[in-house]
Amino acid sequence: MLNVGKIEEGFVLDHIEAGKSLDIYHHLKLDKLDCTVAIIKNARSNKMGKKDILKVECDINTLNLDILAFIDHNITVNVIKDGEIVDKKELVLPREIHNVIKCKNPRCITSIEQELPHIFVLADEEKEIYRCKYCEEKAGTSSTW
Amino acid sequence: MRHLMNPLDFSVEELEKLFDLANKIEADPAKYAHICDGKKMATCFYEPSTRTRLSFEAAMLNLGGQVLGFSDAASSSAAKGESVSDTIRIISCYADICAMRHPKEGAPMVAASRSGIPVINAGDGGHQHPTQTLTDLLTIRSLKGKLGGFTIGLCGDLKFGRTVHSLINALIRYPEIRFIFISPEELKVPDYITDMLTEKGIPYEEVIRLEDCMPQLDLLYMTRVQKERFFNEEDYVRLKDFYILDKVKLSAAKEDMLILHPLPRVNEISVEVDDDPRAVYFKQAQYGVYVRMALILTLLNLA
Repeated sequence: MLNVGKIEEGFVLDHIEAGKSLDIYHHLKLDKLDCTVAIIKNARSNKMGKKDILKVECDINTLNLDILAFIDHNITVNVIKDGEIVDKKELVLPREIHNVIKCKNPRCITSIEQELPHIFVLADEEKEIYRCKYCEEKAGTSSTW
Repeated sequence: MRHLMNPLDFSVEELEKLFDLANKIEADPAKYAHICDGKKMATCFYEPSTRTRLSFEAAMLNLGGQVLGFSDAASSSAAKGESVSDTIRIISCYADICAMRHPKEGAPMVAASRSGIPVINAGDGGHQHPTQTLTDLLTIRSLKGKLGGFTIGLCGDLKFGRTVHSLINALIRYPEIRFIFISPEELKVPDYITDMLTEKGIPYEEVIRLEDCMPQLDLLYMTRVQKERFFNEEDYVRLKDFYILDKVKLSAAKEDMLILHPLPRVNEISVEVDDDPRAVYFKQAQYGVYVRMALILTLLNLA
């Protein structure tokens, strides 16, 4: 089994659905950060069979937890300090998400109005359904930027 | 400052007040003829809709106010590429209230967020048309004496018809409503609506033919099969004549059933039905003016 060393300071995103780590890497804009990032794909997991893990050596405050919760709120967020887990962040579905997903409805005002933020509102918490604030089109994570 | 974007923006209690005011206006229009003296309404219609625009303009004129505006995007600054956000900022300098129709869904909401004056959504694409829903509710309440406690049949294009979707959402707030959806398979009411009704325990039925349910109905809401909602001419031609209400079909209906229609009608109600006392769709257009008058007064805090 492949071993990836501990990180000293930063966070670990665990229990990512296998194959999703690269998407999350991009959505969290980790490619823009000048820090060490380990992307572990298809790690063995008792709970999930296979999972992905992201280890990031940077301040937790640089992480947009809302985006992460929107993508998959079952991801575990471990905050690491001095090589140890010091906190676990619970992900809750955000009420609103701004400029994370684009409205795909060609009849929506966002398709023509310049510089209008794309805002999605949590319409059904149980079914995890987000709708465009303007036209109420249902969102899917496939329409992320 | 308050706007109207969605028929559900007003609570049931607020709607009661609005409808009471509309009925007072109906009873004594002269009393309200000068309340809006010196006030101006901008009708910003980015797509043509003669009836809705004239209804708004008539409402404002009946209140003593004045109107200005445009009736299609080509004659507005949108043709030069101006955004809705910029346009409404300008309109806010010229008028006291704005009624906006726009082909893009959510455009009036964007306008409201930037506006210095109340904005009324006068229809945004296939999304919302709240003043039509208020008109429907006022008509039912005025002519039936109540909202609730009836079986309503909705007939025609139930898939794309935004007036139908809005009316359903508005009526489920009242007690003992039962829906019967009458449409061809291709134009059935969307699943999210029937799912929502099931979830809330509101009874509904889906039938194919008008004759299958006519004797049960207290209200029949007819709709046009809208050509502009179809991508293909053949489908439109095939479906448009599916549901035509005529005297023969109407003979099976209750004596006090009401026939409503958001208009314009194409041929889904035979003209021979127009003189039947149950046909109230032209009265409905009159109620549309009263409810818009009440709405203008409410949003301008003049009620």
